[in-house]
Amino acid sequence: MSTLTTAPAGTPAPTATTVRTETRPPTARAVLGKTVWTLAVVLISVTTVMPLIWTLSTSLKPEGEILSSYLQFVPENPTLANYVTLFTDGPFGRYLANSAIIALGGVATNLFFGGLAGYALAKLSFRGRGVVFSLFLGSMMVPGIITMVPTFLVLRRFPLVGGNDLFGEGGAGFINSYGAVLIPFAAGPFAVFFMRQFFQALPDELGDAARIDGASEFRIFWNIYLPLARAGLAVLGVLTFQAGWNSFLWPLIALNDPEMLTVQVGLAGYVNEYQTEYGPLLAGTILASLPVLIVFIFAQRYIIENFAHSGTK
Amino acid sequence: MSAAVSATRRQQTISAWIFLAVPVALFAVFLLLPVLMAIGLSLTDYAVIGDFEWVGVDNYARIVDDPIFWVAVRNTALYTVLYVPAGVVVALGTALLLNRSSRVSRVFRTLFYIPVVSSTVATAAIWFWLLNPQYGLLNAVLGWFGINGPAWLYESRWAMIAIVMMSVWAGFGANMIIYLGALQGVPGELVDAARVDGAGAFRVFWHVTLPAISRATFLILTLLLIAAFQVFDQAYVLTKGGPGNSTLTLVYYIYDRGFGRLEMGYASALSFVLFLAILVFSVINARVTGRENDR
Repeated sequence: MSTLTTAPAGTPAPTATTVRTETRPPTARAVLGKTVWTLAVVLISVTTVMPLIWTLSTSLKPEGEILSSYLQFVPENPTLANYVTLFTDGPFGRYLANSAIIALGGVATNLFFGGLAGYALAKLSFRGRGVVFSLFLGSMMVPGIITMVPTFLVLRRFPLVGGNDLFGEGGAGFINSYGAVLIPFAAGPFAVFFMRQFFQALPDELGDAARIDGASEFRIFWNIYLPLARAGLAVLGVLTFQAGWNSFLWPLIALNDPEMLTVQVGLAGYVNEYQTEYGPLLAGTILASLPVLIVFIFAQRYIIENFAHSGTK
Repeated sequence: MSAAVSATRRQQTISAWIFLAVPVALFAVFLLLPVLMAIGLSLTDYAVIGDFEWVGVDNYARIVDDPIFWVAVRNTALYTVLYVPAGVVVALGTALLLNRSSRVSRVFRTLFYIPVVSSTVATAAIWFWLLNPQYGLLNAVLGWFGINGPAWLYESRWAMIAIVMMSVWAGFGANMIIYLGALQGVPGELVDAARVDGAGAFRVFWHVTLPAISRATFLILTLLLIAAFQVFDQAYVLTKGGPGNSTLTLVYYIYDRGFGRLEMGYASALSFVLFLAILVFSVINARVTGRENDR
């Protein structure tokens, strides 16, 4: 804490006698503490980051090199063969496209409907507002497992969809279509809650002024409040994209047509096979992680900061 | 004037319900209806194909006598007992390490957080490679210290432990961030006063820091418990519940009954039991947290 600003830390100040007496070099104890700290955080970082780098490195090795020189970090003959195999031997491109449609579709619907509903709960006064808010808040506590089987049946027996008649008989309903994953999560309670918190922090006067000028409630929402909530929308968008791209159990249940698998479900099929081929598996892992990692790198400060707030408030 | 006010109010009520229509409809169809259906289904022998009958509480009676259910309970309990304390300790330990405001510590915060970003499936695939008995990095590192690592996922004694390690690695970053937020709120004067009174680092931590962040601890405990009770992805991807059912978890068992064998009535009863267990723990935690807050 008492590091000097006139000289770089650690180097004794050239005019030590004229500067205040606090300029004495750090004690042995402080140096030791700093060293232990650095060692600890570097070691932990190695355990969190190294597996990813090792995965990337292995995915770039030719088949013969993967097991024979498994400890070598830099591939001797780097190749993209494993990535090519993924796209030529299986529908991995299709998996990526399916995941992109589901993740981006989820972002669009959650931002729009979550924004609308969150705005209504924060800025419009009407009877029943407290009840609706409590219901959304309470539904976040309901574990997904209890609704798993019934939700499947609701989607399968949905009337007049996917070959079903009016009574939900005859077809597969929404099962094996994007709707099976998009619709149940199109406006999650978290999105509503998150946007409500955001709109609540904005002043009421903006809307009141526009109301006197005769603007409709939707225009007030769309033209005045929504642009001010851009930061909140960005964070919610990133979180929703991550959740949609990474989701596993529900797509595993609702999409089992080989053409409809998401990248996570498709990738899971490569693990623990009778004879695991590590090259394509780890190349697929890199591709399945890349979109969320890129989004995270760009948005990490907002995400981490927002997360810290949601935990303490 | 009052007529104008009530007209605005009516206008707002109509708009509000239009704005809320889609989320409320989805809530009704994909949460309220399924929860009611789960209760109803759990009292039938519904199996997708063929007729089904009302069987009363037979499914619940069957659960009590189902040996595999109890295996799943034991495995889930083992996972919980290992994962929850490890998750708290690692999250708190790393948060304490990084609880200083410097550029360097922010960089490490990001590096620690990276495993949280990847999906469970990608993480599992990475660990499947790390845990390879012959060519895995983990056993190679253990080998440097002269330790002959086990076959991890292929040994029933070690498979669950491997899954716990992977889960802690994958998840601690998120809880570390919650702890970092809470540590910012620890009053510095209190820490300084304790130091002046001659308390050592450990005593300061135990008597000042830990009580000051108890809300965060309870929040994290609740999150970890609820997640632990519902562990599925890791076990499904890495071991398919094996070897010898040693990683068969409750959610895995429900998934297998409901969607593997299409016994959806029985699966609903099982999920209802798990739901009640989660509810009990949530309520206990809420009570304890509430009491802490009242102080």
